[in-house]
Amino acid sequence: MSDSSERPLSPHLSVYRMMYTMVLSGLHRMSGLYLSACAFLFAGWMLAVALGPAAYGGAVRFFSSLPMRIVLALALAAFWYHLFAGIRHLAWDAGYGFEKRDARRSGRIMFACAFLAFAVTLVLTPAGRFLAGMP
Amino acid sequence: MSTGPGSASRHWRNQRLTAISLIPLGLWFVVSLLRQPSLEHAVVAGWFARPPQTLLAVLFGAALLWHSLQGVQIVLEDYVRGRMLGTSLMIARVLHLAAAVALAWALWCIAFGGSA
Repeated sequence: MSDSSERPLSPHLSVYRMMYTMVLSGLHRMSGLYLSACAFLFAGWMLAVALGPAAYGGAVRFFSSLPMRIVLALALAAFWYHLFAGIRHLAWDAGYGFEKRDARRSGRIMFACAFLAFAVTLVLTPAGRFLAGMP
Repeated sequence: MSTGPGSASRHWRNQRLTAISLIPLGLWFVVSLLRQPSLEHAVVAGWFARPPQTLLAVLFGAALLWHSLQGVQIVLEDYVRGRMLGTSLMIARVLHLAAAVALAWALWCIAFGGSA
């Protein structure tokens, strides 16, 4: 890890005209922060597994509550969004897709992929159906 | 804390490395999790206790927490100023380190100890 003072910062948004590509970029950051928080839920869940069936039962009750099911369903959405948006960012880093038209098109494709993957995993997998409250 | 020439580009490159490794590792974790027949204790413990799966979980946990810290650090640098920046970066590092230790201990118990 390194000292932060000399690194380039995010641009000041107020000088730009708002475009939906900017919203997508902001969503990438927000989904990343959300997934960071969920990484701690993952560590807690694994601790509960290691502590044995009694502790794990408590964790299951916690994660099965309606608020936590919403939190986890959002985590699933954030995962798919951050994955596809991240691939788009990596393509930019490699020098592809910088043209304005390309960036808008890849943004739409990425969003559609993320939405589709979220819908499929929520409706068609056992854990997804549990989160969605489906039998 | 390393500073000086090269530290920013090193941070940039390392973040891309963890990002790229999380594409397969993240997919592995989420898809495996969703495909478990149930999430009862025996099922989950059995999943992570198989050696290849334990190894994947270790790699996933390491890449996840490292990438998470890198991302949080970039966001803090953009929005936090002055002395608060150093403090918040330190808190982020301590929290991520604690999660890494907890995760490593948990996976060790699951893989080698049965239930602790």
